[in-house]
Order: sequence, then C-alpha cells, then structure tokens
Amino acid sequence: MIRATFLAVATLVLAALPALAEIKIQEVTSPGGIKAWLVEDHNIPFTALEIQFRGGTSVEAPEKRGVVNLMTATLEEGAADLDSRGFAEARDALAADISFDAGADSVGVSVRFLTENRDQVVELLRKALVEPRFDQDAVDRVRGQVLSILRGNEKDPEKIASLTYNRLTFGDHPYGSTGDGTIETVTALTRDDVVAAHKAALTRDRVYVAAAGDITAEELGLVLDRLLGALPATGAPQPGKAELLSPAGVTVTKFPSPQSVVVFGHAGIPREDPDFFAAFLLNEVMGGGRFTARLMSEVREKRGLTYGIGTYLVGRDHADLLMGQFAASNEKVAEAIEVVRAEWARIATEGVTAEELEATKTYLTGSYPLRFDGNGPIASILVGMQMEGMPTDYVTTRNAMIEAVTMEDIKRVAARLFQPEALKFVVVGDPVGL
Amino acid sequence: MPGNLGPSAVLAFALALPAAAEPVTSFTLENGLDVVVIEDHRAPVVVQMIWYRVGAADEPPGHSGIAHFLEHLMFKGTDTVGPNEFSATVEAQGGDDNAFTSWDYTAYFQRIAADRLDLVMQMEADRMRNLRLTEEDVATERQVILEERAQRTDSDPGALLMEQMRAAQFMNSPYGIPIIGWRHEMEALSQADALSYYERFYAPNNATLVIAGDVTPDAVRALAEKHYGPIAPSEALVPRDRPQEPPQLAERRITLADERVSEPYVFRTYLAPERDPGDQKTAAALTVLAELLGGNGQTSVLARALQFDAQVAVYTSAFYDGTGIDDGSFGLVVMPSPGVDLQTAEAELDRVLAEFIAQGPDPAALERIRTQVRAGEIYARDNVESLARRYGEGLSVGLTLEDIDGWDEALAAVTEADIVTAAREVLDRRKAVTGWLTRPEAEAAATVEPAAQEEPKE
Repeated sequence: MIRATFLAVATLVLAALPALAEIKIQEVTSPGGIKAWLVEDHNIPFTALEIQFRGGTSVEAPEKRGVVNLMTATLEEGAADLDSRGFAEARDALAADISFDAGADSVGVSVRFLTENRDQVVELLRKALVEPRFDQDAVDRVRGQVLSILRGNEKDPEKIASLTYNRLTFGDHPYGSTGDGTIETVTALTRDDVVAAHKAALTRDRVYVAAAGDITAEELGLVLDRLLGALPATGAPQPGKAELLSPAGVTVTKFPSPQSVVVFGHAGIPREDPDFFAAFLLNEVMGGGRFTARLMSEVREKRGLTYGIGTYLVGRDHADLLMGQFAASNEKVAEAIEVVRAEWARIATEGVTAEELEATKTYLTGSYPLRFDGNGPIASILVGMQMEGMPTDYVTTRNAMIEAVTMEDIKRVAARLFQPEALKFVVVGDPVGL
Repeated sequence: MPGNLGPSAVLAFALALPAAAEPVTSFTLENGLDVVVIEDHRAPVVVQMIWYRVGAADEPPGHSGIAHFLEHLMFKGTDTVGPNEFSATVEAQGGDDNAFTSWDYTAYFQRIAADRLDLVMQMEADRMRNLRLTEEDVATERQVILEERAQRTDSDPGALLMEQMRAAQFMNSPYGIPIIGWRHEMEALSQADALSYYERFYAPNNATLVIAGDVTPDAVRALAEKHYGPIAPSEALVPRDRPQEPPQLAERRITLADERVSEPYVFRTYLAPERDPGDQKTAAALTVLAELLGGNGQTSVLARALQFDAQVAVYTSAFYDGTGIDDGSFGLVVMPSPGVDLQTAEAELDRVLAEFIAQGPDPAALERIRTQVRAGEIYARDNVESLARRYGEGLSVGLTLEDIDGWDEALAAVTEADIVTAAREVLDRRKAVTGWLTRPEAEAAATVEPAAQEEPKE
C-alpha cells in the first residue's frame, strides 16, 4: 500500500516542479553598485523586503557583549528628526511593518510596505538605518527591557540548556555565549558603545538584500541606493572559525520543574561539503519535523516519553553542528536519552532503508515548492540563499541534488555524521537516574 | 452506501472581500457539510482544513481534555489507513499536516501540492467516520498529552497563572476548563470516552470544510461530493447552549508564587462580550480598544503612560479575541520595572485606565489603526492559509460569511464614542480577575509587612 503510494509520487513530484521555474529571480544592481535579488509579482500591491548584514552579534568584543543586540533594538526608537514615538507613529500611519533582529551571524531587517507608500516608507527606514538617534533615554529604556529578558532567561530551562550547550561547545568564541549579553556587560554599555556598534555592524561590505512583490528591478535599484548608499563602506572584522571543544557525555543543571529539557548534539557538516545533501536527508530521517521521523516515532509515538523531539543541522558562518532537543518528565528523561543514543548508533551502523530514503526524498522534493507561497517567504528565502553563496538557479537544481543521493552515499555519510560516543547531552531539570 | 452522490450543492454564491481579494465561494452538501473555497492561483498549493464545531467547552463534565486527546488520536488510523500512515502518506507527497483544538472547535489541516487534493480529501473523509483505536494506542498517546501538559503548562508559571485565572473568570461557563485538561482528569481519559465523543460530534453536519489555494469551486465541489457526500449526518447533535456566566458582582484576585518566576507581573482579565452573528459592533470596539491600550510598544496608551512617562513598567500589553461562542475576556498585562512593586504597578494601571475613559482616545491614534486595518486586508492576501483560518474559525463559532467579510469594515467604523462606551462597560474591576505572578520571597515579605512590600532588586 505504502509502496504503491511512493511509486505514484515519483512522477507527480516531477509534475509539480515546473511551478518553480515560475519563480523568476532577477539579479539587480543599483546605479550605485548595491546588489539585490528580486522576484517581481504584481498581483498584490505591496512589497516584502529583506536585508541582512553579515556578522551580527559575533563582531562585538567580549566586554561589550550585547551591544549589537541593544543597538539593533534601539534602531526603531528614534531617527533623524523623529523621536521614538514620532518614528512609530509615522510607520503606523504608512501601514508599514518594519522589524529588526540581531542574530549570531547577521543583523536582519524585515519590511513590508504598500506600493502607494513606498517612497515614504523607504525614507523612514533610511533614517533608522543611516541616522538613528540612539537618544540616551531610549537606550536606557531598551536596556531595561533587555535586562528584564536576561533575568527571565536565567529561570528559563530551555535558555539555560542551550546556553550551557553553547558554552561547553564553543568556549570563548562568540558562539559560546549569548549575543543578548550578560547583566554585567549590558548594564555597563554606554551610548557611545551603541553608536560604535552601529558603525561596525551595518555596513555596505556585508549587506544582502532580497525583494519580492510589486516592484520593478529599476525601482528596486533606486530604493537600494536611497536606503543603503550612505552607510559606511566597511565595518568590524568577522570572527574566525569556531573550534569545537567536543565535550561528550551528560551535564545536568538542577532546576525545579516536573520536566527536564534536553539539548544534545555534536559536530555537523558544512553546507558546501559534497556530502551535505546526504546528511540533510539523514537528519530528516532521524529527527526532521515530521511525525514519521525516527526519533518522533521511537520516543513519542511508541513510548510516549515526550510531546516532541527533533534534530536539525545547524549551519552557522563559523561552525556546523548536528543538534536536537526535547523535554521529558524527570522520571523518564534517562530512558529517552538512551533511546536517542540507541537510534544514533543504529543509523551510524545500518544507515536507512531504501523505503525511508525514498519517502524522505519525495517529502523534501515535494515540499520545496510549497515554501515559495507568498512575497514574505520568497524574500526571506532569497536573502538566505545569497548569504549561503548559492546561485539563483539553485531553486531549480536543488531537488535534482537530493534525488542524486544514493544508498551508498547514505551509508558512508551516516557513519561519518552520527557519532554516538561524541554526543553531548545537557539536561536542565530534576532528572531521576542521571 | 448512502445514495446521495447526486447533485447536492444546494446553495452556491460568491462573495468578494472588500479590498478586491481573491474570490470566496461557499456551498453546502446535502448531508449538511458546509464548504468554503478561497481561490489563490499564485502558487500550485492547496490547504485543506476541516473544522469540527466541537471543542473543549463542549466536553462532558469530568472529562476535561477529551477534545484535545481525540485530536491526537485521530492520527491513529482507520479501517484502511494504518497508525500514523495518514501523516506518512501526506509527507510522502511533500505535504505537511497537523491539527489544533480550541474551546469552540477542533481543526485538522494539510498543506500540499494542489493536484493531491483528491488524496487528502479522501483520507480526511475516511477518518471522519472510520477511526479505529486500540487500547495500546490510547494508553501511549495519553502519556504524550501528559508530557504536553508538563511542557506547556506545568513547566511555565505564567501558563499556570493564566489557567488559574480562567478558572476564576469563568465560574459557570466551560471556558474555565483548560483545553489540555486538568491533569487528574486527563489521567483517566479512556478509549470509550474518546470514541463516544467522536461518534457524536464528528459528522458532516457538524463541520466546515475550507479549501484554499490553487483550486476552482467546481473542482472542489466535485471532490467534496465524491468523498464527503456519502457520509451520513449525525443524529445526536444538540444546540451548543452552554452554561452561561452569572453577572459578576465582586472582583476576584489570585496570587501565584513560584520559585521559577523571574519577572513578577500583574495580569488582569475582564469578562467581555464576543462577536455575535449580525452584531459585531461592541466586539469591534473592544478589538480597537485593545490595540489602542496595548498594541504598540512605542505609541500605545499603556506604553506611553507606564513605560515612557511614569517609567514604572518595562512591558505592557492588552489583548482581546472576540471570536467565540460565549462571552470571552479582555486582558491587560503590566510588568513593573525593577524596584517597583506589583501593588504600585496595578494602581498605576488603574489610574491610566480611568484617565483614558475620562479623556477618550487620541483621534490620530484611531486614524492610524484604521489605516492599518485597510492595509491589513491587502497584506492578508499574501497568506491564503491565514485567510482559511479566518473563515474556518468564524463559521465554527456561528458567525456568517457576511459577518466574517464585514469584520474589517466593522473595525474601520469604530468611533471614539464606541470605544469609550465599550471601555466603560468592560473595564470594570467588579467584572475582573486580577492575577499576581510573584516569587515566593516577595509573597512572604508582603505577608509580614504589607506596607513595605517591595520586589527584591537584582
């Protein structure tokens, strides 16, 4: 029954592929030389714009930890002639969505604007990116919010677990601590620090832009120059490659809760590695976000030990990990960890079955076109592709690369990727038997 | 096999959304299944959602959590589909599927390439009537929902406070029951409980089918008649006349102290009316009121007054969801700044609310919200799945297509006077539950010396 379904799918998936050819990506270069990718679609009178500045919180000095995050969160708190309130009122009167986010590898800007308000929104966003005020009272108010979040993180078992995992894995590298900073570093940050972080992090040598929606290539070119043309050409150096400390075994952090949160993992595989797609398929079989993935089946469906468990390939600019996470009752968490270890060993020695590989291929190839279902998602995918160094035709070649992975590839890469002895488990809770 | 495979589309009409959105078509099969089709031909994708008009507020007393438990068990197979094969089949086609439960509805959905609609419709129709459960499946899945409760509720003091506050807010209405269920009742949920609930409520005349994406109404009608048409309606349905809240005469207060609390806060809910078929005016005013009071971190009334001017709070918020069958709630949150106690924060909140009611809203702020509502109609067209949810949810709580299509218009029509009237009516401490989330030591300090109560500084 299942086999018949798979055979039917193999042809149907091919039928769905031509749809992606309709995702026509244009490479745009502005008159001033700024590059962007564009998918034009004039069906709905608005545009989604995604901007990423590579580096993010990892470009800051250890004693200034949290400054890029504080700077990013204060960008919308006043710019040029507008104070915090004036900026928010102008944005809302134009019905624009503007959000800023500081990540470990990039500072991101997500924007959505109606065609009729395009020029005014671009001017407002230009002020925020190029002429932020960083008024002392705004910096202090946002700092208060960040400190509140940091205090909350100290009592959040998931945050404690991921922070502990990162510290044990990355040590002194920026990845080993949170880009939100600590209570000590954030308290000590000055307005001058914030101004300096802005000059260091938002520069033209590290910017990636994508747009999707109701805008032409020519119009986008003008927007790019107006928006980004006045930013500094260069900024702070990027951090070097992170050396993995490769801890193994179980670390328990006591926390009063009926459940234990578990974060686990070990080294991953670079995006550009020839074995990446085999690893991508293997991770999907093991812990992809589906009910039929092995861990979901073994830990949840068969044993009822957790509500959800997943694994993911973490591809960062300076390190690659294979990680996973779940929560289980304190009485059951030791058993759940043993199941994960056993599954790790099983896939490393046995690989996957031909049926699993085929089902995972049809899922991944069939679901790919479904991601491109709106201007917002398309702009977001396009900016990510640029940061990964992919060509524009990746959207049409990607499924073929997945199809090309063989059972031999899988067996070889499974033995390489899954290392049961190297697994590190960080457990936060009050676990029994650990 | 029931012989109603013939033409059964008794009513079909198309409605245009205000901002020239994609066309929405609706019809009803002879067996009572309501069908809504939302066309969006930009990508070859379709979303199927089936919304059952039954949720946690329809559970038999003593069996809290059965609606949500059944939602999990619906993936355990039928006569022809094995355990978890439903999801496996959808995934093998490149699709995703899931489900969710609320007080008023339970919904199942798949998102998949448009040419696979036939397959997912066949499977969804199959499990509307042919669910098969083993004792073992039920026992294992019960452990999963208990873990879900542990993860989402028991591990989170804020979620526990909210659960306690709902139970206090709704003394008589079943909205006071947590969707996930009370733990002691969840532990006793049985196969028989699940099946009797399923047999009574899962039927075409108790459901709305929403199909959104790259489809045509004619094609959907043909498929719906083929797969859902033969299913007999349930005879056991009764009107959803649930116990109603009595007038609340006295304020209710709750303090939850938990060592896992980092940032104490004040959480206030008021009993508030919901959207009614043909009458959404008050609910629209309350929706705009929530946006004015706490919708924006820089410009909202609470943010300006408590975070910018008085500087007694680091975070404020207001929320209201009027899409329900019975009276719901209007909520406010104030998280005080370090060194400010909850009593002060609550007093400041009440001062600002009184001033707002006395002065009325800022006309410019109201105008900005109207602008955003109109823009929201355009942005909404980019996400057909959220449009599908809007229709499915609205129809599941008894609203009509006209109500759903008219909601943005109702929001845009709200006047300053409407807002003040709604605020005066709803923001009444006698109809409120006020919750304090604290650390144990703060509570101890308050007990010993209430006058000197102060949050410990970090």
